[in-house]
Amino acid sequence: MARQKITIDGNEAAAYVAFNVSEVIAIYPITPSSGMGELSDAWAAEGKTNIWGTIPNVAEMQSEGGAAGAVHGALQSGSLTTTFTASQGLLLMIPNMYKIAGELSPTVFHVSARSIAAQALSIFGDHSDVMATRQTGFGLLASGSIQEVMDMACIAHAATLESRIPFIHFFDGFRSSHEVNKIELLSKEDIKAMINDELVKLHRERALSPDRPVLRGTAQNPDVYFQGRETVNKYYDACPGIVQKTMNKFAELTGRKYQLFDYFGAPDAKRVIIMMGSGAETALETVKYLSERNEEKIGLIRVRLYRPFSNQDLLNAIPDTVEKVAVLDRTKEPGAGGEPLYLDVVNAIAEDMAADSPKFSKMPAIVGGRYGLSSKEFTPAMVKAVFDNLKQSKPKNHFTIGIKDDITNTSLEFDPGFITEGEDVVRAMFYGLGADGTVGANKNSIKIIGEETENYAQGYFVYDSKKSGSTTISHLRFGKNEIHSTYLIQSAKFIGCHQFNLLEKFDVLEKIGERGTFLLNTPYPIEETWDKLPQKVQEQIIEKKLDFYVIDAYSVAKNTGMGSRINTIMQTCFFAISGVLPKDEAIEQIKKAIKKTYGAKGEEIVKKNFEAVDHTLANLHKIEVPAEATSTIELPPIVSEKAPDYVKNVLGKMMSGKGDDVPVSDMPVDGTFPTATTMWEKRNIALEVPEWDTDVCIQCGKCAMVCPHATIRIKTYDKKYVEAIPETFKWTEARGKEYEGKAYTIQVAVEDCTGCGLCVEVCPAKNKKETRLKALNMVEQIPIREQEKVNWDYFLSIPEFDRKELNVGSIKGSQLLQPLFEFSGACAGCGETPYVKLVSQLFGDRALIANATGCSSIYGANLPTTPWAVDANGRGPAWSNSLFEDNAEFGFGMRLSVDKHMEYARELLAKLSDKLDKKLVESVLTAEQKSEADIYEQRERVEALKSQLQKLDDDAAKNLLPIADYLVKKSVWIIGGDGWAYDIGYGGLDHVIASGKNVNILVLDTEVYSNTGGQCSKATGLGAVAKFAAGGKPTPKKDLAMMAMTYGSVYVAQVAMGSNDLHTLKAFIEAEAYDGPSIIIAYSHCIAHGINMAKGMENQKLAVDSGYWPLFRYNPDSLKEGKNPLKLDSKAPKIKLEDYTYKETRYKMLTKFKPEAAKELLQLAQEEVLKKWKRYEQMAKFDFSSNEDDK
Amino acid sequence: MDLKTKYMGLELKNPIVPSASPLTWSLENVKAMEDAGAAAVVVHSLFEEQLTHESGELDHYLTYGTESYAEATSYFPQPDEFRLGPVEYLDLISDMKKKVDIPVIGSLNGVSTGGWVKYAKNIQDAGADALELNVYYVPTNPDLTGSEIENMYVDVLKAVKENVSIPVAMKLSPFFTSMANMAKKLDNAGADALVLFNRFYQPDFDLEKLEVVPNLVLSTNWEMRLPLRWIAILYSHVKASLALTSGVHNANDVIKVMMAGGDIAMMASELLMNGIGRIGEILEGVKVWMEENEYDSIEMMKGSMSQKSVGEPAAFERANYMKTLQSYKSLI
Repeated sequence: MARQKITIDGNEAAAYVAFNVSEVIAIYPITPSSGMGELSDAWAAEGKTNIWGTIPNVAEMQSEGGAAGAVHGALQSGSLTTTFTASQGLLLMIPNMYKIAGELSPTVFHVSARSIAAQALSIFGDHSDVMATRQTGFGLLASGSIQEVMDMACIAHAATLESRIPFIHFFDGFRSSHEVNKIELLSKEDIKAMINDELVKLHRERALSPDRPVLRGTAQNPDVYFQGRETVNKYYDACPGIVQKTMNKFAELTGRKYQLFDYFGAPDAKRVIIMMGSGAETALETVKYLSERNEEKIGLIRVRLYRPFSNQDLLNAIPDTVEKVAVLDRTKEPGAGGEPLYLDVVNAIAEDMAADSPKFSKMPAIVGGRYGLSSKEFTPAMVKAVFDNLKQSKPKNHFTIGIKDDITNTSLEFDPGFITEGEDVVRAMFYGLGADGTVGANKNSIKIIGEETENYAQGYFVYDSKKSGSTTISHLRFGKNEIHSTYLIQSAKFIGCHQFNLLEKFDVLEKIGERGTFLLNTPYPIEETWDKLPQKVQEQIIEKKLDFYVIDAYSVAKNTGMGSRINTIMQTCFFAISGVLPKDEAIEQIKKAIKKTYGAKGEEIVKKNFEAVDHTLANLHKIEVPAEATSTIELPPIVSEKAPDYVKNVLGKMMSGKGDDVPVSDMPVDGTFPTATTMWEKRNIALEVPEWDTDVCIQCGKCAMVCPHATIRIKTYDKKYVEAIPETFKWTEARGKEYEGKAYTIQVAVEDCTGCGLCVEVCPAKNKKETRLKALNMVEQIPIREQEKVNWDYFLSIPEFDRKELNVGSIKGSQLLQPLFEFSGACAGCGETPYVKLVSQLFGDRALIANATGCSSIYGANLPTTPWAVDANGRGPAWSNSLFEDNAEFGFGMRLSVDKHMEYARELLAKLSDKLDKKLVESVLTAEQKSEADIYEQRERVEALKSQLQKLDDDAAKNLLPIADYLVKKSVWIIGGDGWAYDIGYGGLDHVIASGKNVNILVLDTEVYSNTGGQCSKATGLGAVAKFAAGGKPTPKKDLAMMAMTYGSVYVAQVAMGSNDLHTLKAFIEAEAYDGPSIIIAYSHCIAHGINMAKGMENQKLAVDSGYWPLFRYNPDSLKEGKNPLKLDSKAPKIKLEDYTYKETRYKMLTKFKPEAAKELLQLAQEEVLKKWKRYEQMAKFDFSSNEDDK
Repeated sequence: MDLKTKYMGLELKNPIVPSASPLTWSLENVKAMEDAGAAAVVVHSLFEEQLTHESGELDHYLTYGTESYAEATSYFPQPDEFRLGPVEYLDLISDMKKKVDIPVIGSLNGVSTGGWVKYAKNIQDAGADALELNVYYVPTNPDLTGSEIENMYVDVLKAVKENVSIPVAMKLSPFFTSMANMAKKLDNAGADALVLFNRFYQPDFDLEKLEVVPNLVLSTNWEMRLPLRWIAILYSHVKASLALTSGVHNANDVIKVMMAGGDIAMMASELLMNGIGRIGEILEGVKVWMEENEYDSIEMMKGSMSQKSVGEPAAFERANYMKTLQSYKSLI
C-alpha cells in the first residue's frame, strides 16, 4: 500500500517518530528545536498515543540540564525516553550524557544542530553543538533532508534498543528543522515493525525496581574505574553493524536504502568530498550536475553514522581510485590540527595505510575545510570550488568556503554565477513583512501543491532580526521530482513583492531569471504604479523581459474585511499567474486550505477569506511594460552619509541584505561592537505615528515613559533655541515652577517609531472641544515624514537638560533624562523595553549590564544595529550577554570586578595621597555619590585626579590611572526574562541575592519564554495557555518576590508601569540606592499574551486591580528604623480575576476549546489570588517596632 | 387555584418567565429558576455580531506577530478545534433541555438575513421550545426611513418563520411611529408572540475621562407603564401572544400584566437585584392576591383591564395624558 505523502518540516518529522516510540519526553525550549517539544506537548494534550496506544508523559523542565536529568531518571526506571534540544542546550546535557552512555541506556536525543555562542550568539545551524558531544559515548547519526530526518529518527530509536548505545540524531538547525518538504510518512505499523518489543522488554528488565533491587552509580577507585570504563568496548564495536542492519531492515520496509557512509558518484572517482548533514544534499546535486555535464571523476560520501566511527565502513565506501579527498566540517575547533570529521578521515586512511594490505596504493591527499557556520549558505558553486581546489597539485588545506577570509586567507574563491538549478523546478521567491502573513500563505501553498498534487514541494523562510516590522523572504520550489536543494533560490522564475517599499530596501529582482514573472502589491492606482517604481526596478523588468502583474492587495483586503492581512490575496494571485495549477483547481484548493487553516476559528473567518479569494482576480492586472525605463526615482542610501564609516561600510551592508559580502577583516576579533548604532537604521515601519498637540498637552511625561522604542522624547530647554527653528518644529511654554521661562517640546522620531500607539493610549489629556482627540493623536507617517526628519535632527541638537538639576523622582523629571536605549527591534508596543529604557535613563551613564539570553538580549544586541546608546559625553551602558542560565552570576562577576577595581583604586589613592592634592584625595575617598549632583562632582574630581596622576612617574599612579574611573559609583544591572529568573537561572539568581552584593536585578516578567515563541515558565499564571502548557497551566505562578523576601536582606519590588508609573520609578530608584542586592519584578505585557499591544498598559492595570499582580516594595533599610519593610502599594482586589484574564487570548482561548477545564482553573486561580493577597496584606501589617517587653 | 397560561402555544404552569439576562448564562441558575417556580426561561441572546467578532478576534490574536521572527514563528499552541459562540450557546440549550422540564426559549440577535436564519435553525435543532428574536437595533443612519426599518423587522420574522417550526416571538423596541400598526404587521407576518419592550442600554458619559461609557441600569417598576399600556391596547387586536418585559418586580406587577392582556410577565432586574428566589415569593404573592380578591384563575383576569375591557378606553389614549397633566396641576 502506498504510504501517505505529507508536507512537513524537519522538527515535525523527528517529533512524529520520537512521540510514537516514547513513554516519557522531557522538554525545554531552545531554538531551533522548540518545535519538537511544542508538538509533543500539543499531541499529548490532544490525547494522541504512541505505537503502544498510550499517551507519552511530556514534562517541561527548568533547563536542558534538568531535561537530561529527567531523561536519565526515566531511563533508569525503564521508560522509553527522549528529548529534543540544540546548541547551548545540548552542552548543558553533556554531564548526563556521559552517565547515560556509561550506563548503556538506550535513548535518542533529537538535535536540530545549531551554532554555539562564542564571539556572538547565533540561533542558526551548524554542527558545533553536536561536535561538542563526541566524547560522551553517544552515537551520532546525521540526517540531511526532511525525509531522512523521519527515517533516521526511526532507525536511531530502533538501533539504540539493540545496541544499547544512546544516540543523538541530528539535523541542521533551520535548514532542516524549519524547511518544509514533501515526504513519505512512516505509518505507525512501519514504526512498530522497526521496534523490537523484545528489546523493549530487556530495557525494562534492566530498570531499577525495588522488587528486584540493584545499585547503579557507584563511586569507583583507582583500582577498578579504568577497567570499568573499558567494559563497553564491545558494544561500540558492535554498534555500526547494528545500525547498518537496522538500515537494511528499514530499506526492506520502505525501499529507502541507507549506508553508514553513502557513496554517490563515479565508481572510478579520483576526487571525493566527505561530509554530513544538509550540505551533503547540495553536494549530491552538484556531483550529479557536474557528472552529467562532463567526464569529471568525482564523488561524494555522505556520512550517516558519525559515532561510533567505523573506519572500515568508510574505507569500503571510498572508491579505490580516489586520489584526493576533501573533508568538509560544519564546525570550527580553534587551535585543533583540523576539524573533527577531517581528523577522523585522516586517521582512518592513515591507519589503513599502515596496515598490512592497505586499500590505497598511495596515500590520497586529504584536505579539510570549514563551511556553512551559522547557516551560512552552502551552494553548488561552493561545492564546485571545493572540487576545483582538489584539482590543484597542492590543494589548499584547512580552507574555508562561503566567506572571504582576507586576514588568514583560508577562503576558497567561488563563482556565484555557477548555478545548477534547472528548468524542471518552479522556483518562486516572496518578499513580505512578518505582519502581512506572507510566510503563512506560502506554507499553505506548499501544503496545497505537496499534498493535493503529484508535485514535490519545498519551502524555506528567511526572517530578519527584528521583532517589529520584520521582513521575510520565502523560497519555494515545486517540481515533479524530489527536491534536494538545501540552499536559497539563486534563480527564480517568479518573484512576489508583497510590500512596495521593499523595492527601496532590497534588490528584489536580483535573482529573477529572464522572462520570469514579477508580482507586485501596489498602494498606488494601477495606472500610476509603473511611474512609481524606482529606475533600477524598471530597468530590471525591461532587461529581463519580465511579465509584470500588480494588485492593490490592501484595498482588496480592506473591502473584504481582512484588515491588513493580504496573505490570501497574494497567494491567490500567485496561483492565478504562476500556472503551477490550473486556475480553477488552484482556487478550489486555496479555499480548501483556508477551511483547513481557519475552520477551527469559526465560519466567519473562513467566509472573509473566501471573499478575499473571490475578489482577487478582478483586481489583478498585467502591466504593459514600456520599452524604456522612464523613472527618475533613485534608490535611497541605506545609511545616512553622516553615519560613522563602520556603520556605513559594514553594518550598512548587513542592513541591505549583503552581509554575506562582509570580509573577515571587517569583523571585530573578539565580538566587540560600538554602541548607539540603531540611530542610523531608519526603518520607517510605522504607517501612523503620534502627533503632538501643544495646546492640549499637560506635560505629564507619561508618553515618553511608556514608549518602548524611545521614539517620543521630551526636552525642556532655554528659549534661545526657539529663535531659529525649522518651520514646523513645535514648542510651547514649559509648565511647572522649576521649568519657568523655558521652552518645552515633545518630538517624535517618526522614522524610528513603530506606530504602536501606547503613548496615545496613556495620554491623559483630552481635547476639550473634540473628545476623541488627545494631546497625542495618530496621523499618517508618510505626509509628515520629511518635515519631522528635520524637526528630529533639530530636536537632537538642543542640549539635554542638566541631570544635576532634575527631580528624577517625578515622571516628568525622569522623562527629561536622555534614553540610552533607543530604537530597538523589539515588538511594536513591547512591555519590556519601557523598563529597560528607564534603567538607561536613570543610571545608564554609569551602568554595566549583564543581560540574560532572551528577548532582551536579542532586541538589545542583534546585528546589524544595536540600541544601547551614549550621551553627549560619550558615556552609556556597557552591555554584555553571557548565557541564558548564568546571567545572575555573570552580573555578579561584574560587581566583584567593579568592587575590586574600586577597592584597589582606593588603596592606591591612599598610598599616593602624599603625592597628590590631599584635599582632592580626601574628597574623592569620602564622596557620598547619592544624587546626580554628587556623581557629577565625583566625576569632576576623578578627572582632576587623573590629570594629576598623569604627571606622576610612579608605579602606583600608573596602576591607578586605568581604574580611576571606578572611583565613580557604578551601577550593575542584571536583566533578563522570567524564563531565566524563574527557571533556568534561578539557582544562580538565588545565590546572587543571598550574597549581599550590590547588584540590581530586573526581571522582565512576560510570564512565558517570549523569545522562543511563548513556552510556559514557572512565571506563567494558573490557567494560561502557553506552549508546553497547551491544556492550560494547572499550577500557580511561582512567587519569586516572596522567595526573595525571605532573606530579609534583599530589596524586592513588584511593579507594573501601566498601573502605577510613579511606583515603578520609585522602585527603580530605591533598588539602585539600596546598598545590597535588589530585585525588581516588572509586569511586562507581551505579544505572546494575545492582546492588543496598544492597550498593554491597560492590561497591566487590570492585573493589578484584580489583585493578581499586587504592587509592593520590600526595603530592608526600613528594618533599621523598626518599620515593616513591606509596603503594599496597590489596593485590595477590586475586580474579578476573569475581568483581567479574559481580556487576554492566553487565558480566554482555553474557554474556547476546554471550557470545563477553563472554568475549574479560573476558580482555582481566583482563590489563589485572594489567598496571596491575604498573605501579603498580613505581612504588610506585621509590627516591626522594637518590643519594650523584650528588653 | 389555576395559574396556568398559554404563551405562543406553550402551556405554562404560571405566567412568570425570567427573561434573557446574564442570569440565564448558567445552567445552575436556570435550574434554580425552575426550582423557584419559573414557568419557562428565555436564554440570553446569541449575538451574531459577537460571533463574527469572536472568530475574527481569535484569529487575529492567534496569528498576530507570527511568522515574523525566526525564533518565534508562532506564540500559541494551535488546538485542532475551538468551541466558538454558536457551539457553546447551542450546547447550553441542549444541556438545559436535559436538566430542566420547563420550556426553554432561545433568543437571537442577528445581523444578516443569512445569520438570522442559520442561527434560528441551530437553536431549534439544539432543542429550544421556542425562539425570541431580539431585534436590538439602533437606527443611527439618517438616510434610513421608518418604513425601511419596519420592513426589516417583518422581513427578518418572515425569513425565520419560513425556516423553523418552533414558535417565534418578536421582541420589539418602543420606538415605532405607529406601534399598533407595527404589531399588526408582525402579527400578520406570523409572529407567535410579541414581547414588549426591549430596553436599550443607554450610554452614559464619564466626565472625568471624557468618555462614553456603557451603563447598565436595572429597571424600576415605573418602566412597566409603557409596555403595560401597549399590551392593553394590543390585546384583542393581535392573534399573537403578548409578553411584557421591563419593570416587573412584584406580584402586583404580574397581576397588572395579566389584566392588561399579557400572557406572561418577564423578569430580569428583580432577580438580578434580589435573587432567583424572588420568583417563588412573587408567585406566592400572586396567589394570595388572587385568593383575597377571589380570582380562580389567571385566565379570568387576562385582559380584564385592556383597552377593550375597561369602561374608559380613552384612558389609554390622549385623554390619559390630559388627565395626568391635570392631576399634576392639582398637586401644585
